[in-house]
Amino acid sequence: MSVGQKVAVVGAGMTRFVRRSLETGKELAWEAALRALESAELTLDDIDAVCIGSAPDAFDGVHMKGEYLADGSGGWNKPVIRSYVGGGTGVFCAIQGWYHVASGMFDRVLVVAEEKMSSTMPHAQGAFITIFDNVTERPLGPNLLWIFALEMNRYMTTYGLDKADIARVAVKNKRNAAGHPAAQLGKADITVEDVLASEVLAWPVQRLDVSPVSDGAVAVVMAAEHEAKRICDRPVWVEGVGWHLDTAYWTNRDLAYPRYVEYAARMAYDMAGITEPRRQIDIVEPYDPFDYKELHHLEGLLLFDRGTAPEAARDGVLERDGDLPSCPSGGLLGVGNPIAAAGLMKVAELFWQLRGEAGARQVPGTPHRGLAQAWGDLMQVGTVIVMGR
Amino acid sequence: MPQPFPTRSLSDAELREGVVTVSHALRAEYAWDAGVAIGAYLDGLRAGRILGRSCRRCDRVLVPPRMFCEQCFRPTDGWVEVPSTGRVATFSVCYVTWDMQPLVLPELPAVIELGEGRAEAGVGPHPGILHRLGGVDPDDVSIGMRVRAVWKPAREREGSILDIRYWRPG
Repeated sequence: MSVGQKVAVVGAGMTRFVRRSLETGKELAWEAALRALESAELTLDDIDAVCIGSAPDAFDGVHMKGEYLADGSGGWNKPVIRSYVGGGTGVFCAIQGWYHVASGMFDRVLVVAEEKMSSTMPHAQGAFITIFDNVTERPLGPNLLWIFALEMNRYMTTYGLDKADIARVAVKNKRNAAGHPAAQLGKADITVEDVLASEVLAWPVQRLDVSPVSDGAVAVVMAAEHEAKRICDRPVWVEGVGWHLDTAYWTNRDLAYPRYVEYAARMAYDMAGITEPRRQIDIVEPYDPFDYKELHHLEGLLLFDRGTAPEAARDGVLERDGDLPSCPSGGLLGVGNPIAAAGLMKVAELFWQLRGEAGARQVPGTPHRGLAQAWGDLMQVGTVIVMGR
Repeated sequence: MPQPFPTRSLSDAELREGVVTVSHALRAEYAWDAGVAIGAYLDGLRAGRILGRSCRRCDRVLVPPRMFCEQCFRPTDGWVEVPSTGRVATFSVCYVTWDMQPLVLPELPAVIELGEGRAEAGVGPHPGILHRLGGVDPDDVSIGMRVRAVWKPAREREGSILDIRYWRPG
């Protein structure tokens, strides 16, 4: 593969993630965009183009959401594009920012991901339900928890997994998030017993296995190599990107393994020249809307053999001071899950971790290379970015 | 990292007593054409049969059926009746409604793999559909369990996935 300009992340900022914000989507986008620009000591005049990531218009009941969000995202009078690939959007919009710059068309791009899920009444699930096939599935009265519960059960049964090992992930992430100043659900003293004792929603999914509904926004600034080195002395380079989509006929697949994540990861690893990901990736931010999903994705990313990531969670490998720190940010389970913003939060976390700026969450030894991954829609979207310093 | 913007989180009291919000109910109804493949699938269900489309090149039967195979991107080759029996590929015991209200009687959503997979000529490897289990205690359900369709009486069928009431052990 031939890629043009080398691209770096040079700034990042975010809002707090909250259950329901007074701010509108535009205001949230502006808050995050401003923080990201400030962190790179840039102003909007320095930005050539804007990439926006946000989930379906149905969440907001506002059509043409990219255009709606454009002013708050710094898109006034600029080339603007909004991307959407389900829950994979937050990492995908960074990939889109990357190819805006890598192509040589732009040198400085602002990437903004926003989500305000609290507007849908009585529950954001009213909008989520529309992902099911309108003719063959929706008459059955599905709810979104079904597909996660069905996938989780298949995963657990295929490999004979222990629910307590999976619950370790929720505990780890909520504890990690206790050190995150933007977190909605950080909890330093949560235990595996708390997770296993929480209300059963759709077996095997329990209340504390699930990330919350959130409002929030995140932004990053990406720049071409010659600009990045002028803007800051510690740019974090985008080394590889990948994305992949499997069929929406999700019941025709074996849900035990997310092969679309593997294909996205292989694309990113090839670009980054990574041949042994288990040795060459120092920290990882896999997508964790549910605790088992983090483990599922770690396997799809080829960082663990199939069915063995829960054992790694149990043995402490994924802790902040473990061999492969996973979701040091606190992830969606701890920081919160404003969908597109949650994915871009993972990219921002890599930026801060690789620069040694993650404060209470800093992984010891200042890691050299990290990977962020997001996932979405009907168990079918994988988006991956590899970054290094 | 820079301090996050101090986004204003609405308190429980504010949510109860009200901040300025404007409500709107979208008025949009849809009439979906079932399409060539799913239209015939629904006709089959009305007749008490589950129909798939075969793809000879990929050696599989596609259920729900489509007129094209997404793998080889050719037209599928013909209609095949699939057995109204199968195995539970995965299931859940769901205690909440879509808007997170508690259910007194749990629902049993499941992916049913039709037929016996590869063992049955031409079907598989994963000809699964989403449906519900019934006539069984949730504690007695397991992955791999054999199930069969419980159909509505012929006169009540209307060309819908709901023409199968549920799947029961057997």
